[in-house]
Amino acid sequence: MTVPLALMGLLDREPSYGYDLKRDYDTYFGRGKPLPFGQVYSTLGRLARDGKVTAGQSEPGDGPDRKRYTITPLGKQEVKVWLAEPVAAEPFLQTVLFTKVVLALMLGHDAERYLVTQRATHMRRMRELSEIKRGGALVDALLADHALFHLDADLRWIDLTTARLGALAETVRRA
Amino acid sequence: MTVDALPVPGPLLEARSIDRSYGRTQALREASLSVTAGEILAIMGPSGSGKSTLLHCLAGIFTPDAGEVWFDGRRLDTLSDARRSELRRTSLGFVFQFGQLVPELTVADNVALPLLLGKVRRKQAYQRADGWLKRLELDDLGERRTGELSGGQAQRVAIARALVARPKVIFADEPTGALDSLTGEKVMELLVGLAREEGTTVIVVTHDARVAACADREVMVRDGKVTDPYADEAVR
Repeated sequence: MTVPLALMGLLDREPSYGYDLKRDYDTYFGRGKPLPFGQVYSTLGRLARDGKVTAGQSEPGDGPDRKRYTITPLGKQEVKVWLAEPVAAEPFLQTVLFTKVVLALMLGHDAERYLVTQRATHMRRMRELSEIKRGGALVDALLADHALFHLDADLRWIDLTTARLGALAETVRRA
Repeated sequence: MTVDALPVPGPLLEARSIDRSYGRTQALREASLSVTAGEILAIMGPSGSGKSTLLHCLAGIFTPDAGEVWFDGRRLDTLSDARRSELRRTSLGFVFQFGQLVPELTVADNVALPLLLGKVRRKQAYQRADGWLKRLELDDLGERRTGELSGGQAQRVAIARALVARPKVIFADEPTGALDSLTGEKVMELLVGLAREEGTTVIVVTHDARVAACADREVMVRDGKVTDPYADEAVR
């Protein structure tokens, strides 16, 4: 789900070739799990089919011929909306949150505003879970606690990242 | 019911662009906040962000250097020290991180204290204190000195003391900060549950998101400024 949007986000920065896109994705978002070449090209193919990117003519290079991909206005709009909207508050979201923050900083979007919105979404879900605990059986309470502790971990990351946005922006833009 | 008896619409407690400094350190910068009657509000923020200073200004313990604080239709920050003290005794309750009970007194004495200071007759004050001790399942501890209590018991006594005078607002500053997770959760359940039963407004300062999740909404304080994530209705 995140891969097509992350690739479009990277293309929103500047047009790029499939090989360079894979390299940038692995650098920022791969975290020890590199994106297979096959997935890069199949994703770009689907995005081109849906009118979100365009592929240029094949260009000869040192290796095999390669195409330069460019994001379309439709793709740009989708990235903009995605970067601003909070993710549903579920445990184990760190990768998506991280991707959104890095891309927002890279593209000059309001990352702090996104984090405030995401924080509110998390807190709203935590209130719902607290309510479930108050009215529910012990088993429900224990399940709710499990989710609460994981969302709490996300919130600590959100707070820490908010405090470090300036430094993170410099790192991302310099790279 | 006469028109005069109708509740006043609008916030019960409001800070309007307040500033507060300690020497050269500015703790609050144009901080604004509005709390409605019966609401349970959490104030969150990093250490040193100004959240406790905001709570102290809202409670009339500190006066802001600039801006206004309004409580129940009255301007709080321009009242004399004596009037603010009286207001705190009659209309506000407090729960702090370490209870701040009087160690020389018994549990019952501590709970009755706000009433005795408010000139309620001794017999009546202790009857009301006993009633609250029963509600908090502390009635068998009434004669104990507070130094003999566990952390959780001490916070339950602090809650009883905060509620005994039927205040309009309870201010709680990190009320579970010194407790383990389970005890802290029970203390928050009691505080929020009793406040809802009584219709009392609660303002709780906490850095713990799970404590804040017991509130109706939360605001963030960062570098002395208040951010309300729900100010934009699209977010709510």
